[in-house]
Amino acid sequence: MISCHQLTFRYASGPELAFADLEVEQGATLLLTGASGSGKSTWLALAAGLLPASSGRMTVAGQALDQLSKINSDAWRARTIGFLPQKLHLSAALTVHDNLELAQWAAGQTTDNSRIAEALTALGVQDLSKRKPSQLSGGQAQRVALARAVLLQPRVILADEPTASLDDEACHAAVSLLSDTAQRLKATLVIATHDSRVKRYFDATLKPFLSIKLAYSPLNTGVSSYKHNSDIVGNPSA
Amino acid sequence: MKTILLSWRYLWSRPLAAGLNLLLLTLGLASITFVLLVSQQITRAFERDLAGIDVVVGAKGSPMQLILSGVFHIDAPTGNVPLAAVKELAANPQVARLIPISLGDNFRGFRIVGTSFDYPKLYGATLADGALWIEPMQAVVGSQVARQTGLKTGDSFAGAHGLGAGGESHGQVMYRVSGVLAASGSVLDRLILTSTESVWVVHEKDTAADAEDLKILEQERELTLALIQYKSPLAAVTFPRFVNSATEMQAAAPALEITRLLSMIGVGADVLKALAGVLLLTAGLSVFIALWSAVRERRADLALLRMLGAPPRKIAGLLLCEALWLALLACALGLLAGQGVMAAVAWALQAEKSVAIGAFVWPAELMVVPVLALGVALAASALPAWEAYRVSVFELLKSR
Repeated sequence: MISCHQLTFRYASGPELAFADLEVEQGATLLLTGASGSGKSTWLALAAGLLPASSGRMTVAGQALDQLSKINSDAWRARTIGFLPQKLHLSAALTVHDNLELAQWAAGQTTDNSRIAEALTALGVQDLSKRKPSQLSGGQAQRVALARAVLLQPRVILADEPTASLDDEACHAAVSLLSDTAQRLKATLVIATHDSRVKRYFDATLKPFLSIKLAYSPLNTGVSSYKHNSDIVGNPSA
Repeated sequence: MKTILLSWRYLWSRPLAAGLNLLLLTLGLASITFVLLVSQQITRAFERDLAGIDVVVGAKGSPMQLILSGVFHIDAPTGNVPLAAVKELAANPQVARLIPISLGDNFRGFRIVGTSFDYPKLYGATLADGALWIEPMQAVVGSQVARQTGLKTGDSFAGAHGLGAGGESHGQVMYRVSGVLAASGSVLDRLILTSTESVWVVHEKDTAADAEDLKILEQERELTLALIQYKSPLAAVTFPRFVNSATEMQAAAPALEITRLLSMIGVGADVLKALAGVLLLTAGLSVFIALWSAVRERRADLALLRMLGAPPRKIAGLLLCEALWLALLACALGLLAGQGVMAAVAWALQAEKSVAIGAFVWPAELMVVPVLALGVALAASALPAWEAYRVSVFELLKSR
């Protein structure tokens, strides 16, 4: 579950961003849309506990983020958040298997090879475990990155522009993979995207989802803020 | 996966840079190892051979030459002194012990030294085989001599004139080996010892025309030099002055001359040390640049590790570990290479029948090598590790 209330964030030398209140149930899907630079990344960073909110409250998977100390936030993030970055950042020096092992290292866990094999199998890339990232196709690499993101069975999956630079077919496959994976793990899925095809996928597949569109709207006071200009939209059939 | 293993993989993911840095570090550390070993070995060799000798008396000339020829047997002597003059010195109340040394002949490049039993006793030599000489023309050979020439107890050999191999042979008068000394690591290992009389016998029989001539030669008997032990340390003040002014001989204090020699060698060692320092500095800079660019290149990768839950110290530790790997490898390789070169030098010196250098030592000073390696690694990785520590995950989200 993710909820935020009166959430704002102010950059040291920049605009203050105000985010719409919202509540996403555990296991549900949230689309975070809006043009580039509209604050999607900031929202993701706040949700991952990487940036402290200037004011307001945000709760992710039962954890009030303002209660999270800086030291605990790393361990919490490892346990709770699965992150699929736009650039996949698979370590070129390591094999697919070792890239997943890296996630266990980062989380301070001991290597669990059966868990790694499981995660790779679930995404259909178990045969690639000995390859280096440079020997993977774009789609394969994304599957591996997703396997890495969900290796520790997070409660929340944050995907940052997962469909950028993909053709329609690949885009469909990528979103479907994300959605299926989140469903399998009963994880809350957040997709930050400016790609309208993502929303169309959910519309077309009749999968329930929430969507908010972030937009930049400077106010007369000189304080900038973001407002979602469409109400939280759910799939009609949900 | 352990940080150690992971950093190893990252290190060798760029083999060229890692190899170059390893080479530079190794060269620097090997030079330092070598310099330390050489200074240690030379000092030790000198101290060992000098033990118990307070002053050396011989013909006038360079005092350093007198010491080098008389104590270490690596230079030609300054000349000969009359036996009578030396006998007078032996009677001097300040002299506790006087060891006569007569040089002039060699066997295949090994010096034949006419002396007294006090000489092997001075170095605490023991016999590996046979006995010391009893009568003239019996000789005891050092361990290295026995090994390289194959001489053993009961063998006969003829000395050749001069101190280097290839002189004219004294064919008519043969030495007989009465015993072989056990290896002591001292100068005795590469000497052939015999009685002072033997040396006289060889030369008198060789040069005398008739019996009368022989008598004259007997009266003019000479020694090359004498090693002297004082009764009291106070003699060091007056005795050399007495010898130098009141006799035709000179007295040289080995301690003084060797200090002079070591300080001359020391300049060379300092130059080598400075060179090694420059090498290490270069290596440090190279490691720094490699790590710095690694952090730059892998910034996003490192940020991702933060996203995956790695705390900053873990990321910094990864960088540090890479540098420590380099230090560890370079330290091992450097010590090995330094010892290897040292062993080669020791072998070469032995082949030249020069100062004996023990093959393998591990002086405490060598501890400086791992310390330096660690220091360079830490210094070179401090800034990159700090940079890695500060990597913000947020960059990951911005890197589009």
